[in-house]
Amino acid sequence: MYDCIIIGAGMSGLAAGIRLAHFGKKVVILERHAIPGGLNSHYSKDGRRFDVGLHAMTNFVPRGTKGAPLSKLLRQLRIDHNELDLVEQGFSSIDFPGRKIRWTNGMGMMVDEVAREFPTQVDGFRRLVAHVQGYEDTALDAPYLSSREVVAGFISDPTLIDMIFCPVMYYGSAVEDDMDFSQFCIMFKAVFSEGFCRPQIGVRHLLRLLQHRVKEAGAEVKMRTGVKRILLKDGVATGVELDNGEVLEGKAVLSSAGVVETSMLLGETPKQRPGMLSFVETLLVLDTMPKDLGIDETISFYCRSERFNYRRPAGRTVDPSSGVICIPNNFQFRDKPLAEGIIRFTCLADYEAWSILNKPEYAQAKKDFIRAQMETTGLASKLDGHIVYEDAFSPLTVKKFTSHVNGAIYGSPDKIKDGRTTAPNVFLCGTDQGFLGIIGALLSGISMSNFHLMK
Amino acid sequence: MNKDQIAQAIIDIIMDINPDADCSALVPEVALREQLELDSMDFLDIVMELRKKFGVEVPEAEYGKLASLASCCEYLGPKMAHL
Repeated sequence: MYDCIIIGAGMSGLAAGIRLAHFGKKVVILERHAIPGGLNSHYSKDGRRFDVGLHAMTNFVPRGTKGAPLSKLLRQLRIDHNELDLVEQGFSSIDFPGRKIRWTNGMGMMVDEVAREFPTQVDGFRRLVAHVQGYEDTALDAPYLSSREVVAGFISDPTLIDMIFCPVMYYGSAVEDDMDFSQFCIMFKAVFSEGFCRPQIGVRHLLRLLQHRVKEAGAEVKMRTGVKRILLKDGVATGVELDNGEVLEGKAVLSSAGVVETSMLLGETPKQRPGMLSFVETLLVLDTMPKDLGIDETISFYCRSERFNYRRPAGRTVDPSSGVICIPNNFQFRDKPLAEGIIRFTCLADYEAWSILNKPEYAQAKKDFIRAQMETTGLASKLDGHIVYEDAFSPLTVKKFTSHVNGAIYGSPDKIKDGRTTAPNVFLCGTDQGFLGIIGALLSGISMSNFHLMK
Repeated sequence: MNKDQIAQAIIDIIMDINPDADCSALVPEVALREQLELDSMDFLDIVMELRKKFGVEVPEAEYGKLASLASCCEYLGPKMAHL
């Protein structure tokens, strides 16, 4: 009999497992796949190792920074900042027609850039920054508040508003064209005020650290072990049935499968809406370093249309008119730079458009969107002739590794901040609890464990 | 354990939670929160570590008694005297 059965060995499940096992709970983490990480993982193909999922860790602060989310979660997981071997971004940009804002970690450069591009707006922008800094964004009982409405109270230029929303949405909104203001504040601070970093060798370093802590704390991990359903007696969970029919008994279940998906595991008709927003991602390996081709950003959030649309491109495999370009080589590596030049492209995609393709069509659609991304961003002329390897992911890939209905990258638009479900001893963590990104996911696993399962 | 040993045990726990904490000049009567950067999650960890390391239970209603080093020693004295 387990004290807690954790569904999913992604960032949130691993963090929860560390917390609970560290304090003496008997815990098992169940993962359907052979590699942990869920959305944020890594793979080897043709002799190369790649990271997938988020391009960067957000929320960078130096060691010893007081009160920051990164410092807090490292304390809770008993991980030393130095163990992460983090390197910061160089600079990133928001690249819109005729407008560009660049920023480095910390707000200084961002404010200067807004002042340069939008002189009449910078005072409002400064007030928005102050408002975001002071906002109580982690309250578990806050109702949905439209970020577009709040931001419009500070900034009047629609282009600047779009430019601010573009990175914040791409890195953490499950809602089309708007997002909850608490989530906006969390992401704004994560992306702009604190900023981007990565473990030098990539996300697998973080996953290895977490797995090591899980083992040290004494939690069990079962890989290739999917959960078919959560078993209930009189509305209370008694355990889970695995894909292979085996039953595990538990006093509580913590599920990172998503709110809709967990409802289905409970045998209910989900009340929440499934997510509709999914991504395609391209990985290009180059025969040279991106800087040599004049590509200097670490991450670029681009938009090539007049207005920025963050919504499902219904009926189309991909909407290349906006997206994210990540150049991992342009982090400020210390002693372990990447051996080859790499470019990663992310754009919005429609799960349904992908799900109806047959095999040859699917392969062709991948080729097409890689081309579309390169042409639309204007990078084709720089990259052509330098690409030695390419790979691509569709919403179907996202679905496979996250279990999210529709390959919804950030899960349901309806977040359950207190993590409660219809069963009194089944709780949510991860994406649909509402803290997004790598840091958000880790904090979600920690806070749901602290809040519900440590008593 | 006597009061000095209990105070040291609390400091050891704090150093476990936050290796960067400067516990060299803590004033026993002043709230830990005012001298160190500790939030409610950290206090939960102090409680959990006390249970894990010494088998001492601190009910939620009594978390406030752990506010300062002096109040910790006062409160935990009887609970940890046998250790």
